[in-house]
Amino acid sequence: MSLKRWLYIPVILIVLGLLQWACSALLLDGPIRQGPYYYQILILAGINIILAVSLNLTNGVAGQFSIGHAGFFAVGAYVAACISVYGGPGIHSLLGFMPGDAQGAALLVLAMIGGVLAAALAGLVVGIPSLRLRGDYLAIVTLGFGEIIRVLILNIEAVGGARGFIGIPKLSNFFWVFGGVVAAILIIRNLTRSGYGRALLSIREDEIAAQAMGIPVTRYKVMAFVISAAFAGMAGALFGHFTMYLHTNSFTFVKSFEIIIMIALGGLGSLSGAVLGAIVITVLPELFREFSEYRMVIYSLALILIMIFRPQGLLGNASLLGRKRGGK
Amino acid sequence: MKTRTAYKWMGGALIVLTLGFLACNKKPAGSEEILIGEYGAMTGSTATFGQSTHKGITMAIEELNATGGVLGKQIKILSEDDQGKPEEAQTVVTKLINKDRVSAILGEVASSNSLAAAPLCQQSRIPMVTPASTNPKVTQVGDYIFRICFIDPFQGKVMAKFAGNSLKVKKVAILRDIKSDYSMGLANFFKESFVANGGEIVADESYSAGDKDFNAQLTSIKSKNPEAVFVPGYYTEVGLIARQARKLGITGPLMGGDGWDSEKLWEIGGDALNGCFFSNHYSVDDPSPAIQNFVASFKKKYNGESPDAMSALGYDVAKVLVDAMRRANSDNPDSVRLALSKTSGYAGVTGAITLNESRDAVKPAVVLEVKDGKFAFKETVAP
Repeated sequence: MSLKRWLYIPVILIVLGLLQWACSALLLDGPIRQGPYYYQILILAGINIILAVSLNLTNGVAGQFSIGHAGFFAVGAYVAACISVYGGPGIHSLLGFMPGDAQGAALLVLAMIGGVLAAALAGLVVGIPSLRLRGDYLAIVTLGFGEIIRVLILNIEAVGGARGFIGIPKLSNFFWVFGGVVAAILIIRNLTRSGYGRALLSIREDEIAAQAMGIPVTRYKVMAFVISAAFAGMAGALFGHFTMYLHTNSFTFVKSFEIIIMIALGGLGSLSGAVLGAIVITVLPELFREFSEYRMVIYSLALILIMIFRPQGLLGNASLLGRKRGGK
Repeated sequence: MKTRTAYKWMGGALIVLTLGFLACNKKPAGSEEILIGEYGAMTGSTATFGQSTHKGITMAIEELNATGGVLGKQIKILSEDDQGKPEEAQTVVTKLINKDRVSAILGEVASSNSLAAAPLCQQSRIPMVTPASTNPKVTQVGDYIFRICFIDPFQGKVMAKFAGNSLKVKKVAILRDIKSDYSMGLANFFKESFVANGGEIVADESYSAGDKDFNAQLTSIKSKNPEAVFVPGYYTEVGLIARQARKLGITGPLMGGDGWDSEKLWEIGGDALNGCFFSNHYSVDDPSPAIQNFVASFKKKYNGESPDAMSALGYDVAKVLVDAMRRANSDNPDSVRLALSKTSGYAGVTGAITLNESRDAVKPAVVLEVKDGKFAFKETVAP
């Protein structure tokens, strides 16, 4: 049983590798003229999926309303970028015996680990005091955290401050981004279906009852928060190494709300809903480019209409990836 | 049951998105048109800059098309909105280069968005000319990136020169926007140049774009008794700062850079701004006939709206690019790049434009004085 499960990993890696090869053959250097444009959207969609799926763990599954996700995204992006920009030359000379691509991959993995750890640490620091709060108060604390991170970054000259961080190597590609997507989906799906996930659901439904059942409420909430932050950090690491440039305009609270819209649109608490929501929110504004100046109006209108006709989100409570969610 | 609903919705949404993309996949325009891409913030917090630039570019292209276009073809501008976000700027530039196959790209105003997109233009070897990104790093990206405006160090120096020579002040305070690299650049170069000329910076305070209350910083500045205050920010905050400064009894003139240039500045700041100065790319009141012709036709086209500096730069950037195409006698990106790099003494409305070896424009700046809602021409400061 467990052996069979582990077999999935090489299979997934091979599939991702093939897709990566297909991407570069067809989209980047291939016959499809607008390929690089589609590739760009594909990668941004992948990064948004990781963000949405991870935020869904706190906001959807555990029911803690956090609106500072862009803050963790930023921490991951900047820390990872620092590792590859400032540590890059050292690591390259250390790994001199390996081929160039492998060196890049190793550097990206290191940067990702750094980004994930830093974001998780930030999650822990914010989570421990603030998850004792509920509802609106938690929202305010997380919003404040996101803004603090952004203003801090603006004041650090080593990461470019207000000019933005330039010179980040382009290391992430389809393989890494969608590897991240698969990892985020699988890990969060398994978590939600474990005893731990059921405990989180019970916290969402009724915190006092959950406490009465002997669930250490705060500890579980902090754990969910830290895991969610860690994945946001991973998304950040992949983002920075794709755009090769970081600027705090990408990490404003508007970004946090965009992620919330993704999971609300897909269906709060539904994993596949988060995935679908992220795809729709990334692709929809691009589709409407034809309408030029009315683009954002039509986009907002489309969102309003979806929420009127489908208030529970596109996928509602249902889930493709985890059978029916929750106890009912 | 539920799973089936989920599949239905997921499938439906994906089909709609795919069809949408295929539908958008129109055939490219034929070779009878020359395609030029433009990206800028048409929505978002710096939208007035994007829209003003767009007006200038549109007008320039219409004028050129009316006189037969270039190379015997009409010119078509493809304009894309990046909402002022760096990653959006990358997406639209990727689209313009790969999907629309433009010969050259114009944009952006904000240096951060230009910095995000410039590497893509460089990599695809498509010339990019920015009308108004003043950060020195932008053209350092590579030899396909040009600009037709002066750079931050120059504006800081102009105002330092102006403060020392024309205003004859010795003690100046700085109030800078710490969030904006533009403001930081201006403030740093102002400080350096002003101190080198024997002046003294008595206070150096900061705020963040979006702030509404500046009383703490201004009180601290007031206590140092400066003769003038250098506020190199954007118009929204500058208007508020001027009001609050006057209320606190700071009477000396405020000074700033081209970020002040907007009709909104007076709407927000009102008569608190009387007697304040800022450096700019051009002045509507400049009596030279080229500028007066431009102003007149702009007003005619846009219902009496007078062109701000962004519109003038937009107008110039389009004309400089098309001029390079004419000289290159081709719209091939490499030939256009070569011709652009040889631009010398092009007579634009924002002054004679010569591109130096670092692909930056060498041109004079004007200093304007705010007078009852008008920006009066004060003097021209040569490079």
